[in-house]
Formats: sequence, C-alpha cells, structure tokens
Amino acid sequence: MSDASTLFDKLWRAHVIRPLSDELDLLHVDRLLIHDLSGGRAMIELAEKGLSVRNPELCLATPDHSISSLPGRTAASSPFGEQLAGGLRRAAEAAGIRHFGLEHANQGIVHVVGPETAFTLPGSLLVCGDSHTSTHGALGALAWGIGSSELTHVLATQTVRQRRPRTMRIAVDGELGEGVEAKDVILHIIGRLGVDAGVGHAVEYAGSTIAAMSIEERLTICNLSIEFGARMGMIAPDDVTFDYLHGRPLAPAGEDWDRAVAHWRGLVSDDGVDFDRQEAIDAGEIAPQVTWGTSPWQTLPVDGRIPAPDDFAEAEKRHNSRLALDYMDLTPGQAIAGTRIDRVFIGSCTNSRLSDLRRAATIAKDRRVAQHVTAWIVPGSQVVKAAAEAEGLDKIFLEAGFEWREPGCSQCVATNGETVAPGERCVSTSNRNFVGRQGPNARTHLAGPAMAAAAAIAGEITDVRTLAN
Amino acid sequence: MDKLQTLQGVAAPLMRPNIDTDIITPAGRLMDASPETMHQFTFEPLRFLPDGGENPDFVLNQPAYRGAVILVTGPNFGCGSSRETAVWGIKGLGIRCVIGESFGDIFFNNCFQNSVLPIRLPAEQVAELAAEAGADQGNRQFTIDVAARTITTPSGRELPFELPDDRQEALLEGLDDIGQTMKHDGAIGEFQERDRQARPWIYLSGQQS
Repeated sequence: MSDASTLFDKLWRAHVIRPLSDELDLLHVDRLLIHDLSGGRAMIELAEKGLSVRNPELCLATPDHSISSLPGRTAASSPFGEQLAGGLRRAAEAAGIRHFGLEHANQGIVHVVGPETAFTLPGSLLVCGDSHTSTHGALGALAWGIGSSELTHVLATQTVRQRRPRTMRIAVDGELGEGVEAKDVILHIIGRLGVDAGVGHAVEYAGSTIAAMSIEERLTICNLSIEFGARMGMIAPDDVTFDYLHGRPLAPAGEDWDRAVAHWRGLVSDDGVDFDRQEAIDAGEIAPQVTWGTSPWQTLPVDGRIPAPDDFAEAEKRHNSRLALDYMDLTPGQAIAGTRIDRVFIGSCTNSRLSDLRRAATIAKDRRVAQHVTAWIVPGSQVVKAAAEAEGLDKIFLEAGFEWREPGCSQCVATNGETVAPGERCVSTSNRNFVGRQGPNARTHLAGPAMAAAAAIAGEITDVRTLAN
Repeated sequence: MDKLQTLQGVAAPLMRPNIDTDIITPAGRLMDASPETMHQFTFEPLRFLPDGGENPDFVLNQPAYRGAVILVTGPNFGCGSSRETAVWGIKGLGIRCVIGESFGDIFFNNCFQNSVLPIRLPAEQVAELAAEAGADQGNRQFTIDVAARTITTPSGRELPFELPDDRQEALLEGLDDIGQTMKHDGAIGEFQERDRQARPWIYLSGQQS
C-alpha cells in the first residue's frame, strides 16, 4: 500500500482533535458562517443552556434568508425580517461575532460573502447551517452543511462530531462548447450520475475543464454538490485560487500570506491515490442545460425534447418523472425550448456573482424583457452589487426591463415571502427545482445566467446560442 | 435529549422517491418554526389539498396510519435543504423511526439530534417492510428494539439493522452531543494552541467592522 492521500484525507486529518470511536472523529471547525434563518435562534438556545460562544472570532454572521430584496429595503420590508435579521444582529453583537448587517458594505448571501471576503480559506474546515455550504470547497476548503442542533454544538465547542465519508473523484476534461457555463457542467453531471450518487461521499472535482475555470465558476460547481447528495464538494487550490484570495479583507497578509500559500500548495490529491469511486465527464458533450422536472437530475440539453416516463429503465425514475411532468404541466415528446414562462430569477448562492451578472448582461444588452415576463436580478452581495454598478450592469438590466434588487437569497428559497405565484413558470439560476420550492405550486426550470436572461428576453425557454447569433 | 429504547406501533409506507425537506417542511412555514408547532405543516404539499382540506390519498391521512410511529420511505428521503424543521415535523406527528434504502446525509444526522432513529436497509428489505406495512392483516404492530438493533414485523420476522455504538448509547441514554464534547474541552484547547503555530492565518483576531 502506498501512503498517497486524497485532498479530502489531508483536509480531514489536519482537523482531527481526537477520534471518538473507530468511525467517529471530533474535528476542529476553523470557520462558522451564520445566517438569519437559524443563527439567532441557535445563539438564544445556547444562552438558554447556560453556554457561551467558544470562539466568536472564528464566526461570521450575515442576514440573507429572511430579508427583502426590494430596492430601498429595511428589515421591516419582509414579514419576518425584523424578527430574524434583527435577532441575528442582537445575538451576534452580544456574542462578539463579526456581523455584516443589512446596512453593511459586506452584507450578502453567506456563500457569496465567505469566499469574497476570504473568510473562507484553502485548507480550512468550514460549516454553516445550510446545505449549500459545499460551495466553499471551490477554494480547497473542507466545507459542508449542518443542521441547527449541530450549529449550536459548533457555537459551544468550535468542533463537529463527524463520520468520515467515502471519497469520489469526478474528472471533467476537454473544452466547453459555445454558450456552455459552469452551471451546465454540474447539471449535466447530476443528470448523468443521478440525484443520490453523492450520498455518503466527499467529492473532488478535477480535470482540465475544472482547472481552466475561474473561482466563481468553481463555486457554482461545488455549490450543486448537495443536489446529487454529496455534502462536501471540493477543488484543489491552485494559482487561480491564490490570485483570487490575495488582498481580500480577511486573507492572510505579509509573511503569513507566503507561509499560507506554501502550505496550501500541498493540498492536492497525490498521484495514483485511490478514490472509492471515480467518474469521467467529457466537457465536449455538454450543451446548455435546463431542467424539466422537480429534481435536479431531471435536466436536458436546451435543444432536447421532454422525456416520457417510459424512457427511463429504473422504476424509481419512471415514478418520479410521472409526478414531475404532472406538476410541471409538460408534455413528453415536446421540445423544451419554446415553453412559455412567466418569471426569471437571476441570483442565489449558485449564480449571483459578478461574472454571472456579466454573462446575463451580455444577453440583456440592447434587448427587452418580454412583456409578459417579470425578471429579477438579485446580486449575491453588496460587494457584487457595487462592482456591477461600477461597470454599468445595473443600467443594462434596468434598460432591458429587469428589476435590479438588493442582495439576499430571495426567490431561490422564498422564505422572505418573495414567491413565484401558484402555477407560474420561472426560469431560475438557483439550485432547486423541488415541488413548492419557489412557492406553493410554483414551477421552476433551473438554468445558467445567460440561459435565464435569454428566456426573459424571448418570453420562453430558448437556446442562448441561437439568441446570441 | 429524550431517550429512545423500544418503539412499538404502526409503520406507514411512503415510498415516493426523493422526498426532499422542502416537501417535508415548505419554506413558507419555516420562519416562525418551533419544534412544538412544525408538525402542522409537515408534508404539506402531499398531505393537504389546495383548499386546505386533507388529501385522502396521503398515507398518514388514512385511518389505519394516523397513529404511525414508523415511516418506511422511498430512496433518498430527506434530501435537499439542511432544515432541521423536517425532523421536528415528523417527530411532531409521532414518527420516531424512518426506514429506507438511503437518506439525505444532513437529514440523517439531524434525526439523531432529535432522538429519531433512521435505519438504512437494502432496497429489497425496505420493499418487503413496505409491503407488510401496507397489508391489512389485523395486526400492524412493528417493534424496534434499539438495544438489540432489531426490527420485528407484524408477521414476526426479525430483521437486524446497523447502528454505531455511540449513536445507540446516545439514543438509549438520551445523551446530548454538546455535553459529550465538552468533556474534551482540554483537548480542543491544546489542538488550537498547536494549530495556531502551524496555521496562524486561521486564527483571526476579534471583531472588525
């Protein structure tokens, strides 16, 4: 046996405080991200138990779930904003936790704020009470979502009790075709491997396609890991990562920076190391994707036709597809392109960063949103919003008839009351097309930002490659 | 945490695959959530009709299954969002054990945090249990014995299941994770001291605005 290690092994080992049994380890948490939906409550619970936050300096809190995205918003602009965002602020202040409140220049979606402030670092173990915490693995962090009881545990002890997952490597190689984005790559992977392929696994994405991606694209890839069941997704840090982080507010500086980079360069899977499962994806096969069902595996190339339940060999997929086609009100055999839509949502921890907005703006420029469509742009953070405004993206969107809104989770999860109405059809750059996700009986089609912008213009699902010509 | 030692009662088959936590507790119901009230909205899209009335087709609305204490589920039950309200909700309905081929990892962990026992079994065994749960044979009583790690079905068949020792102990004794970990506070402090030398950049200073 060689003593070669995976990236995952190295990250895990570096955080073991002590084994608690043969299979259970007590791990150190380097970074805890806290949001309004569960954060304030967890800290109150902690206080009720007579406990305090063990390491407030290793935590960062910002409201995103409950707050309105309305321009000019206050905490009172959404039904539970004052209660939850206010509760988070009070709890964070009392505990001495770094807090980017509603009015702060760094407020935003936790999974956008962490990377862009360099709160998230390569080699760090980061958790958050949100399943999309896998996002942070794009910087070479070991990151995963936890429940609210575990959140309270982290606050009290700065540790997690965790069983070691199996390892999976997904290699994506080759050049992406015209109009194909990171979102299409990960939707294609989920469609190919199946919705529960990652359960029990920590996934490392590798290969030439991933290496050629920017950090923002890698964040989109890792973000959707949980949509095929993997709590953790990660990419080995490289020069792209170090260039991205250098000079950001919470990044190490001076000598610490050099030491850190030297350390981070070792965070790669060793040659010839074994993974429990390996998959290879040919980037050249991937077309722009759009989902047709109520589970993220139910995706197809935008120039494809809506499948029939009997197209699937597995009984479970036939069952799921029948339910999904009924809920989505779609007819098997029809082209997905041309499906009339009511709404477009560009935002969420999946696709709300500057490069996402730039791609959407390229499509929106000098065009008009179809008259029957309501289209929203919700930047992922105040930093993204300010940067987009500095280069005039807001004007492009506003002139095209999009709404330009304030940062938060908004219509991805709709906990702030910003729902898609019953029966309405929305093309969304978010991460879940689940039944009722964007509101009771709302119908969601997941796609990348350029595809979503194209749908807004055309008023129907449309192939961004034909619109661009 | 409350203890779970033995559980006896009806098992309801809910075999639809990929029931996500948005179905178990819809986002619109999370804001004012509490462990005591969440069950009112559990499985809302399946359990209730658009007019708010009960959906008679949903298994937990059927007279035989109203008092169910076990759910036999389709694959990938509890996938999606990390919301622990999903477990609060099913526990609030009286369910203390879920049996399926696979579960969302976060949901699976959250169950243990709330003294609900998730059991993974091979697909064929789950299908057999669902069939037995769905058959009307007079006696619908299943028994789960946490100490013995066994399920006994109404027909008297006994199936073993896997459960790590630490989780078994936590269920039997009602142990709280925080209390368990606090015993290692010294080791946590030593780890941080050592790690601070190796990775000083991890240890941020206090709050800055």
